[in-house]
Amino acid sequence: MLSQHVLEMRNIVKEYFGNRVLKGVSLTVDEGEIHSLIGENGAGKSTLMNVLFGMPVIHNTGGFDGEVLFQGNPVQIRSPFEAMELGIGMVHQEFMLLPGFTVSENIKLNREITRPTLLSRFFGRSMNRLDRPAMDADSRRALDSLGLSLDETTRVAGLPVGYKQFVEIARELDKKKTKILVLDEPTAVLTESEADTLLETMERLAQRGISILFITHRLQEVLRVSRGISVLRDGEKVASLDKKDATVDHLAELMVGRALQSVGCKECGDSPASEEILLTVNDLHVAMPGEEVHGISLDIRKGEILGIGGLAGQGKIGIANGIMGLYPARGAVTKSGRPVPLNDTTSALNAGMAFVSEDRRGVGLLLDQSIEMNIAVPAMQSQGKFLKGPFALADDRAIRTHALRLIKELDIRCTGPMQLTRRLSGGNQQKVCIAKALTLEPDLLFVSEPTRGIDVGAKKIVLDLLVKLNRELGVTIVITSSELAELRAVCDRIALIYHGQLEGILAPDASDKDFGIMMAGGIKGTTERKVS
Amino acid sequence: MAEQRLEENGLVERLKSAAADLGVPRLIIFAFLAAMVVAAFLLELPIDTLTGNVLTRFGMNGILVLAMIPTMQVGMGPNFGLPLGITCGLVAATLSIELGFAGLQGFLVALSVAIALGAAAGYAYGLLLNKVRGEEMTVGTYFGFSIVSLMSIFWALAPYKSPEMIWPYGGSGLRVTITLQNHFDKILDHFLAFTVFGIDVPTGLLLFFFAACFLLWLFMRSRHGIAMTAVGNNIRFAESVGLNVNRYRLLASTLSGALGAAGIIIYAQSYGFLQLYQAPLFMAFFAVGSILIGGASINHATIKHAVIGTFLFQALLVVSLPVANLVVSENLSEVIRIIITNGIILYALSRRESGGETR
Repeated sequence: MLSQHVLEMRNIVKEYFGNRVLKGVSLTVDEGEIHSLIGENGAGKSTLMNVLFGMPVIHNTGGFDGEVLFQGNPVQIRSPFEAMELGIGMVHQEFMLLPGFTVSENIKLNREITRPTLLSRFFGRSMNRLDRPAMDADSRRALDSLGLSLDETTRVAGLPVGYKQFVEIARELDKKKTKILVLDEPTAVLTESEADTLLETMERLAQRGISILFITHRLQEVLRVSRGISVLRDGEKVASLDKKDATVDHLAELMVGRALQSVGCKECGDSPASEEILLTVNDLHVAMPGEEVHGISLDIRKGEILGIGGLAGQGKIGIANGIMGLYPARGAVTKSGRPVPLNDTTSALNAGMAFVSEDRRGVGLLLDQSIEMNIAVPAMQSQGKFLKGPFALADDRAIRTHALRLIKELDIRCTGPMQLTRRLSGGNQQKVCIAKALTLEPDLLFVSEPTRGIDVGAKKIVLDLLVKLNRELGVTIVITSSELAELRAVCDRIALIYHGQLEGILAPDASDKDFGIMMAGGIKGTTERKVS
Repeated sequence: MAEQRLEENGLVERLKSAAADLGVPRLIIFAFLAAMVVAAFLLELPIDTLTGNVLTRFGMNGILVLAMIPTMQVGMGPNFGLPLGITCGLVAATLSIELGFAGLQGFLVALSVAIALGAAAGYAYGLLLNKVRGEEMTVGTYFGFSIVSLMSIFWALAPYKSPEMIWPYGGSGLRVTITLQNHFDKILDHFLAFTVFGIDVPTGLLLFFFAACFLLWLFMRSRHGIAMTAVGNNIRFAESVGLNVNRYRLLASTLSGALGAAGIIIYAQSYGFLQLYQAPLFMAFFAVGSILIGGASINHATIKHAVIGTFLFQALLVVSLPVANLVVSENLSEVIRIIITNGIILYALSRRESGGETR
């Protein structure tokens, strides 16, 4: 064979509990090739990599179908360790480094160079002495090959993130066998110049014959370094193209484009959206770990359904959490002309806003309490509803009546209002969350990731419900979602967030291309690059 | 819908669901208790006296067990710092004696001072616990030990003058055991007390305990009680509805302190003595053991758990000790008590927690 593929994955199929997340994906990577793998969140990129590394999560859930060939030979990779033995290196998104150890110790972790001692003759290799000079020399060589002048004896703690990333890569390079390196969104945490250095390093590594599988959202970077590009969408490989055939626009379109689902309650009539501004957000900053917001200004119109979209980690989730006072925030929020203090959940609730959290089980529900208590508690605590008598005792009858009404109206499938919410399915839990928000009788409802982790049928029901609330009760709704398709199906306007900032606002029928570019920080990304 | 379904179920189903409600561990303990009663009967132990003892010990320990409920419900776990409340109660009782109060008056003075001191100490203790979130049980245990030792110094040095309480020789420092004979010994036990089938029923004591249960039940159903439960169930949920989590934790600690202080007054009046120095050291463990035996989990406890638990725990001790002493050997009482208490606590702590996401 002349042009041997280093890695070939054939027809990979993976199901999680009947949910097909990979529907026959094939992928080939040649020697010394930088191959980019792009796709939205949930497109199946991570699952594919988990298959490649033999992660326990794959094997604990019934394994996968399909074939993996490494250097032309079929291989069974049953654990990350076996993947490492073969020569597949992984640089993780979250750094797997021990902060208290030096750079060199981290690079050589569990592969230390040791020398026998007197004790080790009796008690085995674990009593060997570390050969620090040799370890440091090896680490030095790996760091040098990355063009990094970092001192190998400094501790990892306190290093800038960019350096940590390089230490991780150096560790993979130091494993002499490494034939293919997987970089999972390596530039996400880097500054512009650090990212540039990384891309240069990748090219240098490729010239040395190491193949790189590059997972990223940044389309410009894809075009800059990769030879081959694979696009995943909904667990399928929708395209596999050469760098020379690809443009940012084309990639964006491939990444996002899909037929609009028929969600939304079309028969419910027109949107009650008006030009009147209900909520003004001015220069909002939110310190929500992983979803930081860096200065967003946004007007929410009365009666509209506003979508907030963007890729994971870009800050879209932080907006509602910040306005509702769940994470430290600064900036100014004005509702109908009146300022709403930040960092104060009670004030936000009193201003007529309610929030359905993206973290249903972690924030949204009292899992060990009944449905009726879950529905009643927020209104009881913040508005004093469902109380009676001089001692303000819980009014059981009112709570029951109200819960029964909402169970019927929202069609919550349960054995009764006394059922614990822990026992409900995801979709029905979500309905309980919406019911408790509705009990507050808000005129502005924030709903984050309403369809996360619930099955397809329930998704439609939940979205229909939100549209119905908007149409029939005139509630202004702000939906934050990673699923662009569902935003496009139900929203009047869609704001796209990139890097904690507002990238732009699009109409739901704007082109796939526009959505794709904005989600990838396209416009700003390119201008920034030109400036620097 | 649910009610209808329940009504349609047959008697067997209902019994099954009642048993499931009670839980397997309690059924086993009930069975064990029944076996003990049979054994006591066969050994010709005085059943009527034993029953009377069970009732008395049930009433005298009950309020100390109720003190566990607020902290457990708010998510701080059982109040291992109970000795703090107990020492407050002891201070109040000694004060009442020192000031020369006796009878009902003495009891009421002791009780009200105890509640005030216990609440204040509980509040301060809550401030400490808010700084060690997640470690309340460990911190509480050692805090309890420390406070007992610290108070031992207090008992020895405090300028009490009442000859009933200080050491007869030396003339200063409180005795280890102080009799309440001339003060409020059995003032509740004897209130409306009667004897039926040879069983002495401490009516006043039981009434007082049930009244305390009722008041706590009312509180737990009020807005603040429900807020407390919400905090215990899911802190982030509580924050998301605008509740001040630390304030409710303080409230729980305050309530628990007050209940602990009141509890020891009730305990002492029934026992007839105040026990100072090292006596409160392990009292928290008996209270924790009781509520857990009653079916509570670390972060979920109700009045029902406290009542059932106190009854089972005390009945088991009262009935099994004489049986064990006769059958196995004498003086097993303390050993058995410690095995049961700590075994139950160990069991409850090793059970999977169900707060938030269970894996």
